[in-house]
Amino acid sequence: MIADGIEDEEKWLSAASAGLQQNAFYMHRALDSNNLKDALKYSAQMLSELRTSRLSPHKYYVLYMRAFDELRKLEIFFYEETKRGCSIIELYELVQHAGNILPRLYLLCTAGSVYIKSKEAPAKDILKDLVEMCRGIQHPLRGLFLRSYLSQVSRDKLPDIGSEYEGDDDTVMDAVDFVLQNFTEMNKLWVRMRYQGPAREKDRREKERSELRDLVGKNLHVLSQIEGVDLDMYRDTVLPRVLEQVVNCKDELAQYYLMDCIIQVFPDEFHLQTLDVLLGAFPQLQPSVDIKTVLSSLMERLSNYAASSGEVLPQFLQVDAFSKLNNAIGKVIEAQADMPVLAVVTLYSSLLTFTLHVHPDRLDYADQVLGSCFNKLSGVGKLDDSQATKQIVALLSAPLDKYNNVMTALKLSNYPRVMECLDIETNKVMAKIIIQNIMKNSTYISNGDKVEALFGLIRGLIKDTDDAVCNEDDEEEFKEDQNAVARLIYMLHHDDPEEMFKIITIVQKHILAGGVKRLPFTVPPLVFTALKLIRALQNGDASKAEEAAAAATRKKIFQLLNQLIEALSNVPAPELALRLYLQCAEAANDSDLEPVACEFFTQAYILYEEEISDSREQVTALQLIIGTLQRMHVFGVENRDTLTHKATGYSAKLLKKPDQCRAVYSCSHLFWADDQDGVRDGERVLLCLKRALKIANAAQQMANATRGSGGSVILFIEILNKYVSSFTFVEYCTVRFSYENQGSIMTRCGSKFRYLYFFEKGNTQITVNTIQDLMELITTEMRSDNAATDPAAEAFFANTLRYIQFQKQKGGAVSEKYEPVKA
Amino acid sequence: MELTMSINYLLGAFKPACHISITFADEKNRKKVPIKKENGQTVMVPLFQSQENIVGKISVEPVQGKKIEHNGIKVELLGQIEMYFDRGNFYDFTSLVRELDVPGEIYERKTYPFEFSTVEMPYETYNGVNVRLRIDDPEDPLNLLNNTAQCGATLTGYVLKVTISRGYAGSIVEYHDFVVRNYSPPPSINNSIKMEVGIEDCLHIEFEYNKSKYHLKDVIIGKIYFLLVRIKIKNMDLEIRRRESTGSGANTHVETETLAKFELMDGAPVRGESIPIRLFLSPYDLTPTHRNINNKFSVKYYLNLVLVDEEDRRYFKQQEIMLYRLAENSTSAVSML
Repeated sequence: MIADGIEDEEKWLSAASAGLQQNAFYMHRALDSNNLKDALKYSAQMLSELRTSRLSPHKYYVLYMRAFDELRKLEIFFYEETKRGCSIIELYELVQHAGNILPRLYLLCTAGSVYIKSKEAPAKDILKDLVEMCRGIQHPLRGLFLRSYLSQVSRDKLPDIGSEYEGDDDTVMDAVDFVLQNFTEMNKLWVRMRYQGPAREKDRREKERSELRDLVGKNLHVLSQIEGVDLDMYRDTVLPRVLEQVVNCKDELAQYYLMDCIIQVFPDEFHLQTLDVLLGAFPQLQPSVDIKTVLSSLMERLSNYAASSGEVLPQFLQVDAFSKLNNAIGKVIEAQADMPVLAVVTLYSSLLTFTLHVHPDRLDYADQVLGSCFNKLSGVGKLDDSQATKQIVALLSAPLDKYNNVMTALKLSNYPRVMECLDIETNKVMAKIIIQNIMKNSTYISNGDKVEALFGLIRGLIKDTDDAVCNEDDEEEFKEDQNAVARLIYMLHHDDPEEMFKIITIVQKHILAGGVKRLPFTVPPLVFTALKLIRALQNGDASKAEEAAAAATRKKIFQLLNQLIEALSNVPAPELALRLYLQCAEAANDSDLEPVACEFFTQAYILYEEEISDSREQVTALQLIIGTLQRMHVFGVENRDTLTHKATGYSAKLLKKPDQCRAVYSCSHLFWADDQDGVRDGERVLLCLKRALKIANAAQQMANATRGSGGSVILFIEILNKYVSSFTFVEYCTVRFSYENQGSIMTRCGSKFRYLYFFEKGNTQITVNTIQDLMELITTEMRSDNAATDPAAEAFFANTLRYIQFQKQKGGAVSEKYEPVKA
Repeated sequence: MELTMSINYLLGAFKPACHISITFADEKNRKKVPIKKENGQTVMVPLFQSQENIVGKISVEPVQGKKIEHNGIKVELLGQIEMYFDRGNFYDFTSLVRELDVPGEIYERKTYPFEFSTVEMPYETYNGVNVRLRIDDPEDPLNLLNNTAQCGATLTGYVLKVTISRGYAGSIVEYHDFVVRNYSPPPSINNSIKMEVGIEDCLHIEFEYNKSKYHLKDVIIGKIYFLLVRIKIKNMDLEIRRRESTGSGANTHVETETLAKFELMDGAPVRGESIPIRLFLSPYDLTPTHRNINNKFSVKYYLNLVLVDEEDRRYFKQQEIMLYRLAENSTSAVSML
């Protein structure tokens, strides 16, 4: 059916084109022979083809363009006729003898164009006549094209300022009147198209109508091109009359298109100076008009205009552009009761962008926008329109992007209120955007209130909501979110410890409320932030009074830390908690707070005993405990004894023999502090080492019994190293590093150096004999038949021996010490 | 040679005995207007108006070697009307006679001056243009007026008739037609025509023509204002119609003819639209309005506004206008705009 229609149309078009061409041919002949009468006759016949009602706008345009080309030739002919002495006045009458109105008016416009050019009558009179006479075509499509033709031929003949057709007085007004009138009539015709024809074809008609819109809009473009249209004229004449037409036509398509047209074709300066008038029209538009897009583009243009040059900014202030836009948006929303939320948000979003660009210094404006937006949103409850929420995110992101500082956004009191309108998911997205912004710009948040506000904003991330359903898919995302929060916590900083403490307290409050799932992510950063503060408190070379205050603060912080880590027990995350306790203990150690450090250690021990059951984790935890404990210097003998005793006890209770062995020889360090005034209990060191040796033996026997091969010769070498203290501390560290990080072979190697370590450190309990015995033992073990050849162990042993040799040759006290050792 | 002579002689026997020519005194300078002959040719005929002196010469030239005996020669100026229903009968509303010669004989060319002073010619030459029928009677004097006859049309004509009266041989008659046009001054009162018409709840329009009296080269300016449109109008035309009515009472016969059909509007207007009218009368073949010519007939003109809807129904309103002939030199330039 439709296909037939299109086919038919093609047929009609080709028939009409053929008719047109034929008459054009006769017209050309008449033109060539200077036969005016025939020229008029055939041109009128040619133009009669345009009287068709069968073509769609698209096809009609094709036909029109053909006629248009022919009319140019006719116009040239008319012009030449007048040069040959034919009176243009007579010619102007002659063309009006045509009986059919459409050809008559095309000819009249063509003759009128020549008439104006002849200057035998004022351009304004001719134009006025033409535009009036065109009223005879009330058929929308034909009328639009006729008037479009009129507009086309008159464009370069308007009595504009500086134009050769300019008359004596105020002829710009005539030019403007002419274009405005043509515009008005065209728009009426255009709008009328909507109502003509059967209702079922309405959609198709609207589509066709849309294709014709540029014919109408062209007039506005012409208006904007008239030199004489200055601001005054635009304000007093052009704009009111255009708007009157736009408003009164009550047509959705036309209103949308024309408002956009006005905004696009006229200069920004005009818009700025006539904002009242322009904006006044918006609430009067049809409710279905997509005002948001139009208004947004206006605001965008104005923003760009403001950005284009600093000189125009005062104008914005002068006309109070912001209030006007704000009011207008309010009115539009009021007028269009059914306006979707998306549109509302888009409008405010644009306004916000505008004010951020134009008045970056006026935060109150931005806040006002958010406030208005919130007022509108609060009525509708949580949003479920994904488009709208996306817009809100854009709205809320705008201040962040603009100021690149979340602090500014936090000053906006309505910001959180708007954020509350978002659904949970979007709220999270927004929170992430905020955090990303902070990260990107390395914004340090340094004010308690700000932190409070910020955490209020990102509540979606730090707190479970009642109906939040966390499924497996979200797991990754959840982690990511929480890592973001963790990073955020590091961005909180204030130089003043008091203030910083306040911040920490606030954050603590928030994260503790955040539910167990989040704690493993959020607690550690806060703990470290707090520890950093503690360290900062120590570093300050403060006065006595301040010192006292600092001490008090420290205490408070430690209390806080305790609570904080305790919270992890609910998770539970014992390994993490243990590490944190140890960190805190170390900090307390640095602050010379023995009871505090002791408390933290106790907590760590309790965790170790009660919560950590996995043997591998136990090993790790124990290593940490020993390592930390070794560095503690704050403890008195009693506490120290208790703690080291416990640690040693734990070591001996480890499940696997090698683990036991290593833990025990690690414990030996607990009795030998590096610094001079530390603990140096050589006896107990030896005890430990001996015990380790015993365990190593047991381990070897076990291995022999079960597998038929000894695997633990390395343990011996490790212990030897402990004995022979021929390593510098630094090298020891290196080894320890590798011990912790590398594979099993290196693990064993590292441990064996312990003996050497103590030997060198001057532990008197470690004697040459002990070392010698051990070395022999190792050599024997390695040569024994049932020992598997272990190249790594051999290399390790060889290295150890080489080291001893080296130390011997080095000379000095160390060398002397090594002298008796035979290697 | 002989043969030729005899042919000449024979021909001469049936030829008119003399040649009569009628010339007006200012024939060369007088304006002439075209009149269409029966055979389709257009001839130029001198133009007069009422109260003019009609002066000229009539020359009678006998055929070589012949004499004309006559009972007197006269010239008549006749104003005649022929009615369509009474074809062949003429009503003379003007009849003036000048005796040119007393009975006698004419041997050679003789010229008679004549003069009709300030002749009252109240009616213009008028050809009712309608179905034309050729009349095949060469003796019919109407031939000379227009060489055509009309069926269903009315004619007003003026003619100079020269008669050489003879006894048994029959009179020799020669006709010479001329055209009379009478000019009117612009009317002192010339109101516009303004009217609101319509069909209830369907169509209401108000139209206005700038005058009620137009001269023949005038231009009709006006507008149509749509007060109510509930029908789907396709287009609107303005027609100029001529109405000839002849006879009176029960015998009144009316012939109407549309002389112009001028499209004013294309498409359907909405309420509040006003459509301009500008119709130049000059291209159309119009005459002045004739009212009750010698109690025989009238010619009236009407403007007929016709609206056609999409079902091709016609809605119209006819309004008489008076046409008059304005002296050419006094025709004020028609404003173009």
